[in-house]
Amino acid sequence: MVDDRTIPAASQTVNDFDGGPRGPKPQRAFSRKNVFLYGTLLMVTIYYAIPLYVMIVTSLKGLPEIRLGNIFAPPVEITFEPWVKAWAEACTGLNCNGLSGYFWNSVKITIPSVILSIIIASVNGYALANWRFKGANLFFAILIFGAFIPYQVMLYPIVIMLRELGLYGDLSGLVIVHTIFGMPILTLLFRNYFASLPEELFKAARVDGAGFWGIYFRVLLPMSLPIFTVAVILQVTGIWNDFLFGVVYTGPESYPMTVALNNIVNTTQGVTEYNVNMAATIITALVPLTIYFVSGKLFVRGIAAGAVKG
Amino acid sequence: MASKRPNQLFRNMNAKVSAIPMIVTALFVFVGGTAWTIVYSFTKSGLLPRMKWIGLDQYERLWGTKRWLIAIENLAIYGLSMLVLVFVIGFILAALIDQKIRFENTVRTVILYPYAMSFVVTGLVWQWILNPEFGVQNIMRGLGWQSFTFDPLYNAEIAIFGVLIAGLWQGSGLVMVLMLAGLRGIDQEVWKASRVDGIPAWKTYIFIVIPMMRPVFITTLVLVVTGIVKVFDLIVAQTGGGPGIATEVPAKYVYDMMFRNNNLGQGFAASTMMLVTVAIIVVPWAILEFGGKKNNG
Repeated sequence: MVDDRTIPAASQTVNDFDGGPRGPKPQRAFSRKNVFLYGTLLMVTIYYAIPLYVMIVTSLKGLPEIRLGNIFAPPVEITFEPWVKAWAEACTGLNCNGLSGYFWNSVKITIPSVILSIIIASVNGYALANWRFKGANLFFAILIFGAFIPYQVMLYPIVIMLRELGLYGDLSGLVIVHTIFGMPILTLLFRNYFASLPEELFKAARVDGAGFWGIYFRVLLPMSLPIFTVAVILQVTGIWNDFLFGVVYTGPESYPMTVALNNIVNTTQGVTEYNVNMAATIITALVPLTIYFVSGKLFVRGIAAGAVKG
Repeated sequence: MASKRPNQLFRNMNAKVSAIPMIVTALFVFVGGTAWTIVYSFTKSGLLPRMKWIGLDQYERLWGTKRWLIAIENLAIYGLSMLVLVFVIGFILAALIDQKIRFENTVRTVILYPYAMSFVVTGLVWQWILNPEFGVQNIMRGLGWQSFTFDPLYNAEIAIFGVLIAGLWQGSGLVMVLMLAGLRGIDQEVWKASRVDGIPAWKTYIFIVIPMMRPVFITTLVLVVTGIVKVFDLIVAQTGGGPGIATEVPAKYVYDMMFRNNNLGQGFAASTMMLVTVAIIVVPWAILEFGGKKNNG
């Protein structure tokens, strides 16, 4: 029922942009068309960059300067105090220890979730691609359609399941939740990747006597580094940025960073420290942004694979 | 794999064992969980789920609640505007980037980076930029336009458009990337042919290229729509549903009912309505996409 086209046509082509542009050819360097084209793109680029710029600039100003000046102006006097405060002193409700603890919560949630979900999905994708058994495709189809079900529908049943397991409100419960909801997209990603490898490879290994795990570890794993990297990027950004599962399945002590950030900024007691708020916001965005800027094309590949996730 | 075949069930055992997490997830969480929620949406669950059947009462109450109606209205306004604009902006950007421009990588990187960030981050940044006291409004007034008013997040009438601005900023990069991929998938010959025939570029785009990109459009559509229905963190961070209840959305209604108001039944009914909304979009797509060819599995 679900064939390889489940990864929409986009994924094959998004993989990289080396095919080069296909649009009509441009004319001379300063033609009216080029002026319009580059002018528009420049404005668009500035528009998209502005929020990041404003975040950074605001986080480096003192409060008096913010009150006087405009948000786009560069800081007259650069101060890193808001960053220190956001990290170590900002208040979420009664607790005034800044974001640091929640940053580590997010780390403790993200690392096991990423590892666990990738192990499960890669082995499962391998089984689906190379060791098909009766009924496998039915379960796979359900899994993929499950990716479209609004999470809200499954929120409470999972609360009950976690409560039965004694993991509700606990970091490990959230790890399980992330593993579950990462499964459709990752399984699809790995299944399609393994299915795209030449079958002779697999057959040759079988002839040489390699079994299920032998082929997985010694033949496929060494040649699948790119797809594992894509999966890691996809999962780290997805899990780090999650808010809904974090707020539902963890308690105040174990909140991930996104939830804590929202609490810091949106619970107002006394003076609103805009600079601290923006510093906290950047710190939260730092991990996915770093991954994004470092990984480049691989991130785009992850998105293309995620095109079916929704 | 076992060399002798002991019996059907144990054949290919390793593969079956590896698929257990998938099978459990598919059956217990996705099918079971969804069925459970639907069933309990017909009960009088309050603080805890209770199997006391009350038929469609929860749904009647839901559709009689002002907050839910506003949430639906917001979703419709936000959703339709988002859908149209994200496609128009995403496609135009992709078409511009596809003109053999220099610095393509830089432009693409800048347009897509918002997508890498959390909706919470997006919501908070735009809350700051749209803050009338310090943000855009203040700056325009500072430039001498004293009567300039732009305070979407403080004006219930237009608050949802403040959220839309942030949503577009975050989401249009994704559409751009997918559209660009689609454009790159168009055979160069098509462009040559249309040039030979003297067809203007915009006509080629609308009448030839876009129809050829149908699969990409459909994928992107499904992606964008499911994303719109789920919108939650953005609202929570940017407006908290306010001012008042002006920017409530269904996902937030569900969350508040289930985890704050101890009104599980309402939460179940509302989330079931969300499921129906998605199904209206996804089921026809699935039939279209996988319908006629069940044998390629």
